[in-house]
Amino acid sequence: MPTPSLNEYLIISGLLFAIGLGGVIIRRNIIVIFMCLELMLAAASLTLVAFSRFNVTDKGLPDYDGQMLVFFIITVAAAEVAVGLAIIVSLYRARQSIHTDELTSLRG
Amino acid sequence: MNPWLLLIIPIASAVIIQLGLKRNATASALLSTLSVASTFIIAYLLLGKEVSTAPIEWINIAGLKLDIGLQLDSLSKGMMIVVTAIGMLVHVFSLGYMKDDEAKARYFGCLSLFMFSMTGIVLASNFVMMFIFWELVGLSSYLLIGHWYHKDSAADAAKKAFLTNRIGDFGFMIGILMLWGIMGTVVFADMDGSKLSLLCTCLTGTVVLLIFCGAVGKSAQLPLHVWLPDAMEGPTPVSALIHAATMVAAGVYMMARLFLSLGITPDTAELIGSAPQVIAWVGAITSLLAALMATQQNDIKKILAYSTLSQLGYMVMAVGLVDANAGMFHLYTHAWFKALLFLGSGAVIYACHHEQDIWKMGGLFGKMKITAITFIIGTMALTAVPGTSGFFSKEGILHAAHESNQALFYIAVIVAALTTFYMFRLIFVAFFGKAKNEHAEHAKEVAPVMWIPLALLAIMAFASPFLGKLIPATEGYHPHLGFEINVVTIASLLAFAVGFIAALILYKGKTSDPVNIPLFRNKFYFDELYAWIIKIFQDALAAIVHFFDAFIINAMIIGGLTRSAVGIGNIFRRYAQSGSISGYAFLMAVGALLIIFFTVFASK
Repeated sequence: MPTPSLNEYLIISGLLFAIGLGGVIIRRNIIVIFMCLELMLAAASLTLVAFSRFNVTDKGLPDYDGQMLVFFIITVAAAEVAVGLAIIVSLYRARQSIHTDELTSLRG
Repeated sequence: MNPWLLLIIPIASAVIIQLGLKRNATASALLSTLSVASTFIIAYLLLGKEVSTAPIEWINIAGLKLDIGLQLDSLSKGMMIVVTAIGMLVHVFSLGYMKDDEAKARYFGCLSLFMFSMTGIVLASNFVMMFIFWELVGLSSYLLIGHWYHKDSAADAAKKAFLTNRIGDFGFMIGILMLWGIMGTVVFADMDGSKLSLLCTCLTGTVVLLIFCGAVGKSAQLPLHVWLPDAMEGPTPVSALIHAATMVAAGVYMMARLFLSLGITPDTAELIGSAPQVIAWVGAITSLLAALMATQQNDIKKILAYSTLSQLGYMVMAVGLVDANAGMFHLYTHAWFKALLFLGSGAVIYACHHEQDIWKMGGLFGKMKITAITFIIGTMALTAVPGTSGFFSKEGILHAAHESNQALFYIAVIVAALTTFYMFRLIFVAFFGKAKNEHAEHAKEVAPVMWIPLALLAIMAFASPFLGKLIPATEGYHPHLGFEINVVTIASLLAFAVGFIAALILYKGKTSDPVNIPLFRNKFYFDELYAWIIKIFQDALAAIVHFFDAFIINAMIIGGLTRSAVGIGNIFRRYAQSGSISGYAFLMAVGALLIIFFTVFASK
């Protein structure tokens, strides 16, 4: 089985990101939108890992800076999920709805 | 003697009076009089001497070199004598006339300032320097006309004089700039008249006429003559010095200086196109209309003011006939006898307790012998009785007119007749007949400090033509001083006879004016016409400004900006602020994509 190249990783990551973005824009359920956001974060993490893997330093080792960043993303994403889900819960308590079509109080 | 002292002494006197002697009226009067007496002595010592002064460099940038220098030739030296001698006599006369004035120190300070400015005009070596002093005499004239500024009429007259002069000075300034463009210099001595022949006469004529605009304002020619009669609101010695003898003649002097610098003689006059004819006609029409207006005035100073206008018209006509020497000669003789007439009227006004209406005087001849006799001598000179100075100088102008333009000659002769008529009307009404007023009844001869200047000026009214080296004209000019029977002399004598007899028949022993011509009395309605024109222009200008302010600035620029901000905001509100979260997410994605596109791809 051949080893995938950097481009293949990037294409996958791009696809994941596009799917995530498309989901955020198109879907109406706020939980799904939230999941799509996580998908976009994962896509970004995948890119970082891929770059880290293919950026080999003088000592023959990969450049770990990218992987370090991924850990940060995972940490921040965990915190974000906690906050985000809390907001969604309180939103549901206030409006009895998690459907974005019904949340239009910002209309000018 | 250093000629620079001529400028330094009067300005020093003005500064000392203004800064230090405001509270000491007697000291400032004496200082001012001493300063003008010393400048007279210096000016006299300079006569006939070759003095050269190094100019002081003022501005020197590419293509423009301006110096503060002195032009000392027979024209300016003679003019200096006129200015300082009459200035001195007027100062002495003022010591008496302004004895009880509250603001005597200010008056004498302004007189010193005027002497400084007038000296600057006469001695200026270039047009820019002349223009600066030209404005300074305008300022001192403004200050002195408005000396009694608590009177509304005086304050208005001062403003009118200043504003009217500004109109002329604007043309003068453009003319100077154009002349600089043509000649490459503004220095009188460096001008090269032959350069004129390279240019179209339309251009050279325009330059001369624009510079003439300055003279029209300062010498009160039509259509800017309206300020001079009103300027009589100032103290009478000021009228004698500034508005009869010196400042108003500055326009004639300046034109003579211009013609001299450009080397314009009757042979080369075609280089400046029809400008001389225009100048001559302006002078002739001014002199005719002013003489007509003078015949119906009742204020003794107004009569003399119109007479000054009329005589200035003569001088300007002589300049326009390209005989500037004849004009300057008339300026010179006129300065003496018109200063005499004005100071004489000042003495009369003083004796009659500031009564200026000739119909409230009368019988003054018996009570004020010296004043009356000197006044009659001045009148004889003005009306060109043979043997007086006015006869010779007026004959010079009539002669110049007779040689080149018959129409102008006839106008000049008619003006001469009118001059005799209105001057003898003044004399018959004010000095003869019965006293028509209590003040005139008790009038007494004025003090020697006032009649001595009159006597000296009366001597000059006879002697001035014979003091050849004083005459401000080009080197080697000798006025014609003989008496021959020819057309010009006969016309002049006939004009005198007609005017005198008409005045004798109409006004001898009358107590009220038998003639009433409203057109002349109301000065051809020039003031009304100007008021009307100014009103129309002002209204039109105000309407335009209002339109601009209300519709363009207010409605279009300010209102338009706010309205477009509101409109654009509304568009965003309506279409972008949909309230749909996915819409916002979409716009944010588009924005992020655009930023990436522009930063990563488009910047290459």
